[in-house]
Amino acid sequence: MIKMVTHPERCKSCRYCERDCPKDAIKPSGKMNAQGYEYMSVDEDLCILCGTCYTVCPDLVFELLEAEA
Amino acid sequence: MKELWKGNHAFGEAAARAGCKLYVGYPITPQSEVVEYMSDRMPELDRVFIQSESELISIMTCFGAGLSGYPVMTSSSGVGISLMQEGITACFNKGIPVLIVNVNRTGTGMGGGPGFSGSQDDYGRETNGGGNGYYRNLVYIPDSIQEAIDMIYNNWPIAFKYRNPMVLYTEGRLAQMMEAVEFPEFREIVAADWGMTGEAKLDPEFGPHRGDYGKYARKIAKMEEECQDWEDYMLDDAETVVVAVGLCSRVCRGAINALRKEGVKIGMLRPKAAWPFPRKGFEALPDTVKRIICVENSDGAQMLKDVVFAMKQVKALNTIPVYSKPNHGLLPNKVLKEYFQNVINGNEKEVG
Amino acid sequence: MAKEFKAPKNIKYVGFCPGCGHSIFVRLMQEVLEEKGYLDKNVCVVGVGCSANVHGDNVYGDNKMECHHGRPPVAGNGMKRVRPDVFVWTYQGDGDAYAIGMGETILAAEQGFPISVFVINNCNYGMTGGQMAPTTLHGQVTTTTTKGRADYPINVMPLIQSIDNVAFAARATVTSPAEIRKLKKYIEKAVDLQMNEGKYSFVEIVSPCPTNWHKSPVDSCKWIDEEVTKVFPLGVFKG
Repeated sequence: MIKMVTHPERCKSCRYCERDCPKDAIKPSGKMNAQGYEYMSVDEDLCILCGTCYTVCPDLVFELLEAEA
Repeated sequence: MKELWKGNHAFGEAAARAGCKLYVGYPITPQSEVVEYMSDRMPELDRVFIQSESELISIMTCFGAGLSGYPVMTSSSGVGISLMQEGITACFNKGIPVLIVNVNRTGTGMGGGPGFSGSQDDYGRETNGGGNGYYRNLVYIPDSIQEAIDMIYNNWPIAFKYRNPMVLYTEGRLAQMMEAVEFPEFREIVAADWGMTGEAKLDPEFGPHRGDYGKYARKIAKMEEECQDWEDYMLDDAETVVVAVGLCSRVCRGAINALRKEGVKIGMLRPKAAWPFPRKGFEALPDTVKRIICVENSDGAQMLKDVVFAMKQVKALNTIPVYSKPNHGLLPNKVLKEYFQNVINGNEKEVG
Repeated sequence: MAKEFKAPKNIKYVGFCPGCGHSIFVRLMQEVLEEKGYLDKNVCVVGVGCSANVHGDNVYGDNKMECHHGRPPVAGNGMKRVRPDVFVWTYQGDGDAYAIGMGETILAAEQGFPISVFVINNCNYGMTGGQMAPTTLHGQVTTTTTKGRADYPINVMPLIQSIDNVAFAARATVTSPAEIRKLKKYIEKAVDLQMNEGKYSFVEIVSPCPTNWHKSPVDSCKWIDEEVTKVFPLGVFKG
């Protein structure tokens, strides 16, 4: 099964993911990471695991990985 | 068996035999025959020849190819080597033992003119690095085509050992004339183990992780100690010591021979490596030395500074007078003989 | 069925500014190298500019050749000629490739060096703080054209396109998922052309530079789509 894994510590808040998410599942979290950027949060109920966020993210915040059973 | 070879052709052949994998060059008088020779010879040996579009491209191609760990070579003259400085300092920085042949033309700017026959005008630049930052190239100055061949063949491995660019520094005349020479056997082409292979591995010495900047200065100091190279000529009982390099030393040799026949106690210390300058040669001079004469085929005295500094380092030579004879063009040995005689008779003024 | 999207293992850290197109190109390149099996058989030749920020401990392991301003194509050619089995690619900026290194850029195309050239075009000198580049648009404000650039930018594609030795020339951007996927296709094509046929290819990537454009990343992409692509049209120009 594919699972979304996020690395909020890498986020630089460019918001490309928010712009391109087809389901509007990604929104600013209102919280800051260690680099001082407001990172994004993913609404897992809306997410369809399409991988668009991975494609547009410059900082490798999102990964869709095969979860171990 | 000895064969008659032109200097420029011989430099190329010697490099090929020493295992040169890639040659890149750009035509410039009086060096163009190296490019011409290599354009046929390298493909014949199944190696790479590139005619570049500028000297800067020559040296940067060497930079890229040299990072592979293979022996690579370029050549040029005077102003062309000026254009290369950016790349030579880059080669030093990454520890690339590129072979650069400088067939010196004459003078500043474009140089040339009647001076295509060559000079030692680039001495200062070659022995002081030349580009940005503190670095030195190994600088070898041959006095014959045979010695040029031997220097390329035998001293290139030294450049590899220290991972330092090497300059074969010679003059238009030597490159253009022909002499009977003998070539060594072909050496196998090998890439040094530090070379890039496309693998994500680290070059421990000069890779991207450069925390220890002192290592460059330490390497230079080590080479200064270990790479000195010179020839003693009739020095055993000499009172007058001539210091000269390259073709200039050949003319001096004639003058010295003539004076010796007249019973004058004169000899020569000939640096084969101009950097590192042979301080040890000065240390080994006999107690009989009374004066040192520095002869150069350059518009102004350049090697003189190295000579004076070497004398400063040797206590016994601190108080000995030094004479300087730079000249635009090679002086005939008759003129030099007269000059040496004048110095000995006290008719010339010392410079220090 | 959902697909796996895994970050390339060679990228340990991304040091570029927020929203920078370099980061996306770097990732795509590493993906392609990983997929095609050239991870330990490639040499990246970087010039001077933001591309040179990709130091050994950030990404790329250590098969990266740090090169002087504008010289990557010739240095890369040197490496390729002595190690023909290695995938050699240059990673340059527009200042590097079109200003100080224009001679080398054209020369590499003209002689058909067996390498792949990738140029990140962000319409200014990013690394040094946003000065005018040859690609700066007419009227664009930079730190050296504070009243807007009076001259007009250079578009190298018509020239590159006209050279016989060029096997593939394309321009892409990173402003949308569709464009990013196209760019990946171009990279794959460049790799194949070099490794299978020994041919030269040229890919320019129009990239946002939010820091020096003084725009948000999203607005920067909008500006590319609306203004920059009028001057630098996208698509495959040759091959």
